[in-house]
Amino acid sequence: MWSYAFKRAGTTAVTLLAASVIIFAFIHVVPGDPIYVLLGDTATPDQIDALRHQLGLDQPIILQYLTWTGHVLEGDLGRSIFFQAPVLSVIADGAETSILLATMTMVWVAIIGVPIGMIAAVRHGTWLDQGLSGGAMLMASIPTFWVGLYLILIFAAWLGWFPSSGYPSIFEGGLANLRYLVLPSLALAAPNAALILRLTRASMLDVSREDYVRTARAKGIRPWQVVRRHIWRNALLAVVSAFGFTFAALLSEAVVTETVFALPGIGRLVVQSILRRDYPVIQGVILVIVVVYLLVNLIVDLSYRLLDPRVELQ
Amino acid sequence: MSSNSATLWLRPFIARPIALAGLAVLLATVLAAAFASWLAPFDPYAIDPAIRLTPPNAVHWFGTDQFGRDTLSRVIHSARMALLIGSGVVVFALSTGVPIGVLSALFPRLGHVLMRIVDVLMAFPTLLLALGMIVILGPSVANAILAIGLGYMTTTTRIVYGLTLRLRTETYVEASRSMGAGTLWLVSKHILPNLVSPLLVQASFVFAFSQLGAASLDFLGLGAPPDIPSWGNMLAESRTFITRAPWLLIFPGLMIVVTAFSLNLVGDALRDRLDPRFRQVFGEKG
Repeated sequence: MWSYAFKRAGTTAVTLLAASVIIFAFIHVVPGDPIYVLLGDTATPDQIDALRHQLGLDQPIILQYLTWTGHVLEGDLGRSIFFQAPVLSVIADGAETSILLATMTMVWVAIIGVPIGMIAAVRHGTWLDQGLSGGAMLMASIPTFWVGLYLILIFAAWLGWFPSSGYPSIFEGGLANLRYLVLPSLALAAPNAALILRLTRASMLDVSREDYVRTARAKGIRPWQVVRRHIWRNALLAVVSAFGFTFAALLSEAVVTETVFALPGIGRLVVQSILRRDYPVIQGVILVIVVVYLLVNLIVDLSYRLLDPRVELQ
Repeated sequence: MSSNSATLWLRPFIARPIALAGLAVLLATVLAAAFASWLAPFDPYAIDPAIRLTPPNAVHWFGTDQFGRDTLSRVIHSARMALLIGSGVVVFALSTGVPIGVLSALFPRLGHVLMRIVDVLMAFPTLLLALGMIVILGPSVANAILAIGLGYMTTTTRIVYGLTLRLRTETYVEASRSMGAGTLWLVSKHILPNLVSPLLVQASFVFAFSQLGAASLDFLGLGAPPDIPSWGNMLAESRTFITRAPWLLIFPGLMIVVTAFSLNLVGDALRDRLDPRFRQVFGEKG
């Protein structure tokens, strides 16, 4: 276990290192001199020279990369041109919305995707299974922003049950503010619940072909007990690890949904920063999301091994 | 392709009516794109302020938008952009993914390096990768294809790599090799022909998800230029008039769903016909 954990952490570190080169290169390949990018169009030649020296842009590129990495490790992701504030604090401002949105989405995904996937698996091959699986595929084919626009139209504009846009912090307005996230999280949950549904179904079908399931059935254990104790418990593992990946992916998938609902999250920050040409912020967000993504992957992989000793044998 | 193999390919669709319906929808989309200027009742660019935001009626079946343009005509013309982006992404993903995947599997040292690079690219979520590419390249149709395609190049490479590794150890491939067959011969006679079916499955899924990706980019204003009719652009424009003209949302959105769903159905039907040993390389996502 430990040797695997070290090896796995090592690969993650190497991947992260390679990814950091790409992310570092990003600011150098965007159109325009990074100095103009950082200072905007109104900079004087003196300012430009001063900043160029201050940022070390007159130094060799390798040295620049090492300096940048050093800053990043200290938590300094540069300064936002638009906000005139450290990138990390700009991202942190959006974190609350993004994390709560992703969490609420995962709750819907769990409530909708898992039980329906189980039903489809238990009724495998029947018209009910075909209907549910087909429905899941349809859900996965619907753009989240289209669902979002209809949710706004029906539940915000016509019925007035939920607010249509924005999100004031729960630390200022209390937990009631979570109602701002109900519609966006539902829109975002649709395709992800569909994926979890199909995964739950496939995973349960996989397990139900195992020898021990046949043995359990042969022993005369009641069918629903076999499903509950032998199939479901073992299928859960794959489903739970998929939850980890989905949560990590949601942080960036929310880009479009946050735009539709005008939520002050990290996703909308990316889009606005692209339109404002605020490159340091884009770079920072990409870095943060990639780090979260890789860490979640690592944690899921390791806990998978810890929870299921059989994985090591395969 | 002989008529015999053609019926072999049609069989999964005949056995499954809904997949056949998916195939029919795709054919209709292709026809709509090909004969758009002939099928569309009006010029998709013709502006008429007198009839702006008209609900669906006998003349304008799908109503008109904020400039008085005919929605039906714009929906039909948008099929062109959908097919262009979709096929562009598929061509890009396959033409890069197949050579990289095959070479990586045949030459382990090279493969070790290349597959690590693929791993690194896969650490970037697809949409984020696409957005980053658009920032560097600027928004345009060609760049949207490239930006979306990059995310699917990696999944395609992984699939081709896995399949080729498996094929390489097949008895007939080893037999052929032991009789002195060169790499080029093995690839063209044994590996590529066996990759055709799984790649067709992959192409359907990539095409399906590229529709959603392109729609997202268009919606954010980072895809096709706003003056070009595309379903994503139409949704982005009608967003402002959501309460006054809700019909504007229906048809472009429905077209995205129907196209992506049809492609998924076709991909699913083809996947179920695959060799079971090949089937497991396909995860739930494209």
